[in-house]
Amino acid sequence: MKSLRVFAIGGWLSYRALFHWLRPSLFVMVLLIPSVTQMIFFVYLGRAADVENDTFYIVGNALVAAAVPCLFAMSQTIAEERFTLTLPALVVSPANRVALFLGRAFPSVANGAIVAAFALIVGATIFGIDLSASAVPGVVLAIVIVAFSCTGIGLLNAALGLRWRETAVLSNFILYFLLLFAGVNVPLDLLPDRLETMSQALPITHGAEAARQIVAGSSIADVAGLLGAEALVGAVYALGGLVLLRRFEVVARRNASLEVA
Amino acid sequence: MSLLRTMTLGWVLHFKQETRNPFFLWIVICTPIIYATMAYFLFEGGEQPSTLVAAAVGSALMGIWSLTTTAAAAALQRQRRLGILELLVASPTPFWATFLPITIAIATIGIYSLATGMLYVRFLFGVPVSVDDWLAFTVAIPPTIFSIGMLGFLMGSAFVRFRAAWMVGNLFEFPVWTICGFLIPLALLPVWVEPIAWVLAPTWGMSALRNAALGTSAWPDIAMCTALSIVYAVLGGLLLKAFLRLARERATLGLT
Repeated sequence: MKSLRVFAIGGWLSYRALFHWLRPSLFVMVLLIPSVTQMIFFVYLGRAADVENDTFYIVGNALVAAAVPCLFAMSQTIAEERFTLTLPALVVSPANRVALFLGRAFPSVANGAIVAAFALIVGATIFGIDLSASAVPGVVLAIVIVAFSCTGIGLLNAALGLRWRETAVLSNFILYFLLLFAGVNVPLDLLPDRLETMSQALPITHGAEAARQIVAGSSIADVAGLLGAEALVGAVYALGGLVLLRRFEVVARRNASLEVA
Repeated sequence: MSLLRTMTLGWVLHFKQETRNPFFLWIVICTPIIYATMAYFLFEGGEQPSTLVAAAVGSALMGIWSLTTTAAAAALQRQRRLGILELLVASPTPFWATFLPITIAIATIGIYSLATGMLYVRFLFGVPVSVDDWLAFTVAIPPTIFSIGMLGFLMGSAFVRFRAAWMVGNLFEFPVWTICGFLIPLALLPVWVEPIAWVLAPTWGMSALRNAALGTSAWPDIAMCTALSIVYAVLGGLLLKAFLRLARERATLGLT
């Protein structure tokens, strides 16, 4: 019961603190508008390169919009705790660590999914992409799974934040990596073989492919394998993140390096 | 003389300070690398060297713009947190002379961005950096960087009025990348965007660098870029004055 409380209340408070929710307009200005402007940029870049159609870039960038809140929110949970000097208190508390960090991860999944859905709707409207009603459930499912997998890598990112102070650099590094190699903006067949193989282990790769196929008319059953692969990738990252969080916490306590990392 | 000294010292101080920031270095060095790589893959693996050189320059300018908006806002936010923003505003030195060197210093770090972009395509992708008119290219670099600094100054005037103004950087990052033609030809954008692009000085800077690389005349673009930058400086100064007055009236200057 205590763990459930840590999960729910801790996660909610952490989420509110993340955007200093005194002003909800921050959410619009930090997440919603940039997700659309980013999409517009890549749609036109795609037109300039003439390698894929608009739908490719709209779906890809809508999904990568989920990565922004997931990656940054998770790393900020560590960075903000450090900044407000509450990280040591958090670490010495007897609270269940899995509940603690999953509680912070859960709102990220919802957040990422909302941002991605918003970006997709606005992008489809601006560029006149036909999203049929039958595609909506599948696309929503793909968005939620991608938000989950991005939060998984966000947990890993948060763990690295325990060892390295520059969480913004880490988050940006991962985000750029996804933009480039997850099949979001560069079709996988244009990448060298090794990078193409590596992209299979990245979040978004399978989810974006699944969402594109659903928009093109496939059913959820047709893309179940891709969605399963996306969920698996996310689960592996999330597990790795939780293990590393525990490990780095122990190391930080041993070396007294929690606040100087 | 005193103003010149303030601005020079401000420029040196902020250049030194911001080049020690790993996040800012990340932006100026990695942005051109990432976007030049993307351009390499998208534009047929560098089969057209001139396209890739233009993409390297464009992605470098993207890095400079990102840094200017992010770092200028961060610099003001830091002054707020340290409690020195009010002191700087209240001092006899006009605040524009304090803030202007910050945006110029930050844009100057963009030299790293340009060097990274050019060296990256040369050594990693083996694409020769073919610049037809090196003189015009070299001359075009300072006004282009200056123009980005001035655009940052113009937008940055809002930073002193709104405590969450750091978001302005976020909001305008991609629109400026798109409209200024750093990677995307203006001809592909909707017609109504073109006049907006014309009043953005970095558009002319990018055009100057591209023309110099391709061997067409870059001098009119350089002149236009410089002229618009001066207009931004004047407008930025006026806006800054207005925003400062509002912030002082409402006692919101120091709120973080």
